[in-house]
Amino acid sequence: MIDILIQAIFWLFVVLTVGSAIVVVFSKRIIYSAFALLFTLIGVAGLYVFLAADFLAASQMLIYVGGILTLIIFGVFLTAKIYGMTIPDQAHQRYLALLPVAGFAAVLIHVLFSADWNLLQSTAEPTTENLGKLLLTTYLVPFEVASVLLLAALIGAMRISRPREEDDDR
Amino acid sequence: MNFGPIFLFLIAAGGVVFVALFLNRMLAPRKPNPEKLSTYECGEEAVGSPWIRFNTRFYVIALIFLVFDVEVLFLFPWAVNLKSLGMFAWIEMAVFIIILSVGLAYVWAKRDLEWIKPDSDEIQAALRQSSQTITDK
Repeated sequence: MIDILIQAIFWLFVVLTVGSAIVVVFSKRIIYSAFALLFTLIGVAGLYVFLAADFLAASQMLIYVGGILTLIIFGVFLTAKIYGMTIPDQAHQRYLALLPVAGFAAVLIHVLFSADWNLLQSTAEPTTENLGKLLLTTYLVPFEVASVLLLAALIGAMRISRPREEDDDR
Repeated sequence: MNFGPIFLFLIAAGGVVFVALFLNRMLAPRKPNPEKLSTYECGEEAVGSPWIRFNTRFYVIALIFLVFDVEVLFLFPWAVNLKSLGMFAWIEMAVFIIILSVGLAYVWAKRDLEWIKPDSDEIQAALRQSSQTITDK
């Protein structure tokens, strides 16, 4: 009974991810694409849970759903003359696009068949605690360097986002 | 790893929303008129189109938020280990947060957190343009 329930939830997330991804690609209004991307990212977080990657699922929710998507939606809101804007639907360079798509598909299919998926079932325990232990002992330096990287990213982003005429005095 | 309660919570939350809306639809009488169907804007009459450009400060604030969002993410693996690693872990996280606080101090001192009032001419132009679009339809 519980197995069937887990299977049902898994397929729910699959449908959510793939279905909303299709909306992202085929929607004529860019704002609908942006909001559909919200459900794609939530679906992917659900799939991470099924892959026993609990910390990755939490970071997906926190960073992508909570942060990056907010930026994308603001990006849409800030676009001038967004009213009545539709995405041109004719495709360009169809055959050239086939090349990278086929290459990427080959990589994905290779991973699909070469990965040992059964391994995940046996080692399904919380990853966050072990990750934290490693981060605070063995990988302490990278952990502290990460804060410097974030600081650099913040200052760099602020510097770029300022109006240009104020460049001289700052 | 036990994600069962979280999934149950998700299902229950979705179910409550669905049942509430469905019951409402079943029970409530529907007699629409133009007044009822108009957009509710805190009792104000809605003018123009909602598709106006937002203040660009939203984007800057969101960028700052994103950096501290990543900081919060690092707090999770730290918090579950705080008891076993003790003072050492506490100091490590203090250093981490102090380094990032420099960023907060920087954006504060450089007045990046201050809200720039939108140019009133720009708003008037946007309103004119959007009402133009409505009458054009």
